[in-house]
Amino acid sequence: MSNSGAIGQDPAARVRAHETSAARTRNGGESSVSALTAARLILARDLKLAFRKRSQLVQPLAFFAIVTTLFPLGVSPELSRLRPMAAGVVWAAALLSSLLALELLFRDDAQDGTLEQYALSGRSLTWLLAAKTAAHWLLTGLPLALMAPLAGMALGAPPAAVPGIIASVAVGTVALSLIGSIGAGLTLGIRRSGALLSLLTLPLEIPVLIFGARATELAIGGAAYGVPLQLLAALAVLGLTLAPLAASAAVRINLE
Amino acid sequence: MAWTWFHRLASPPHIYRVAGRLTPWLAWPAAALIVAGLIGGLVLAPPDYQQGDGYRIIYVHAPSAWMSLLVYSTMAVAAAIGLIWRMKVAHAVAASCAPIGASFTFAALVTGSLWGAPMWGTYWQWDPRLTSELILLFLYFGYMGLRSAFDDVQRADRVSAVLAVVGVVNVPIIHYSVTWWNSLHQAPSVMRLGEPTMPPSMLVPLLMMLLGFTLFFGALLLVRVRGEVLSRERTASWIREALQP
Repeated sequence: MSNSGAIGQDPAARVRAHETSAARTRNGGESSVSALTAARLILARDLKLAFRKRSQLVQPLAFFAIVTTLFPLGVSPELSRLRPMAAGVVWAAALLSSLLALELLFRDDAQDGTLEQYALSGRSLTWLLAAKTAAHWLLTGLPLALMAPLAGMALGAPPAAVPGIIASVAVGTVALSLIGSIGAGLTLGIRRSGALLSLLTLPLEIPVLIFGARATELAIGGAAYGVPLQLLAALAVLGLTLAPLAASAAVRINLE
Repeated sequence: MAWTWFHRLASPPHIYRVAGRLTPWLAWPAAALIVAGLIGGLVLAPPDYQQGDGYRIIYVHAPSAWMSLLVYSTMAVAAAIGLIWRMKVAHAVAASCAPIGASFTFAALVTGSLWGAPMWGTYWQWDPRLTSELILLFLYFGYMGLRSAFDDVQRADRVSAVLAVVGVVNVPIIHYSVTWWNSLHQAPSVMRLGEPTMPPSMLVPLLMMLLGFTLFFGALLLVRVRGEVLSRERTASWIREALQP
């Protein structure tokens, strides 16, 4: 397995992985592959590449764990004091680690010219970027959702709250990945964009934080969390319809 | 034929001339309205039966808050026009809006917090309006930060235009989510504009201030747009003629 890790660092391996997944896209002729098929191939390629660089997958999760650890150390070890703030802590940490993972979304592909090829491929860049964002959510949002209950329970959430925490973080990170894809697209041409990226995306993500934290809070308290979860899902759907359009516009401008 | 005026707006020398000619027509009414509104609000209007003279800060606070949103919408509309019709002047307008809007937002925050000191007993409360204003200030900062990150003006224009359009879709969502968030924790404590609870002696100066601030923004925008156009077109030949006394 260490062997495949080494290949992952090698640019040639990136190209090869790209070719195996996208060869059909290119050789199959311009018209025979629909935008949806191309999007599926990109999704498969991104997942394959990510699993060759496992450390990049684990880092946002480790970051999430560390941020949640800071709160008991900074506030108090008593669960009775931590429980009321558990939802807020989990969500703030989720927001920050999804932000951290965002830089990976387009950066490598922009550096080696893959994004340029996507833009020139004649297929809808919106679909292709939506596929990349979907891969990004599978690689960062979903693992975060699975890890969030652990953090929540460490801060005093009862085991009964686990489904509610998973559901709210899973739905919320969809919206976070989509909003983040706009920010990542906008800052594509900027070196050392980290601070600017957070300044751009965090204000736009505040509604997600509000509804997500509320749903988690209600789940921890044992109450019905349907309403905020539905509002969160509404944000995710709105993001799904509009964010890829904005992201592709931003990427296109930055590639010019 | 009917659209010639719109196409002529795209020409930098034309906009430079028109903006220069229009500025006093906005600036003087703005000054008159603001002076009259201040006299009406600070001197003539009766003190509030609950808040005494403390409420008078509304004559600066409410117009600033109103402007913070109006300027953002203006910026987003100008940015969208620039994106869709690739009109450079529209991008110059959007770029000129941002610092003005950020200043109005800052003024609304400061006056809101000063108003809070006697009314709430604290300079800061997580009141939904103040919180939305704070987030709006961050949106302005993000826009200006994104602009300044690019050396190439045209790319800065178009990238920040996308952000402005995304932001304007988000502003109402942020506002309502913040209101919803706040209503869970405390009862709304701030009076609503548009409720007919204000007597005319208080309302008329407020409306004068609103209109005065809007015209003031218009005048300020024209001056800034002229500056933007000059700096963008600094190599063009028409500038020498335009600047001849």
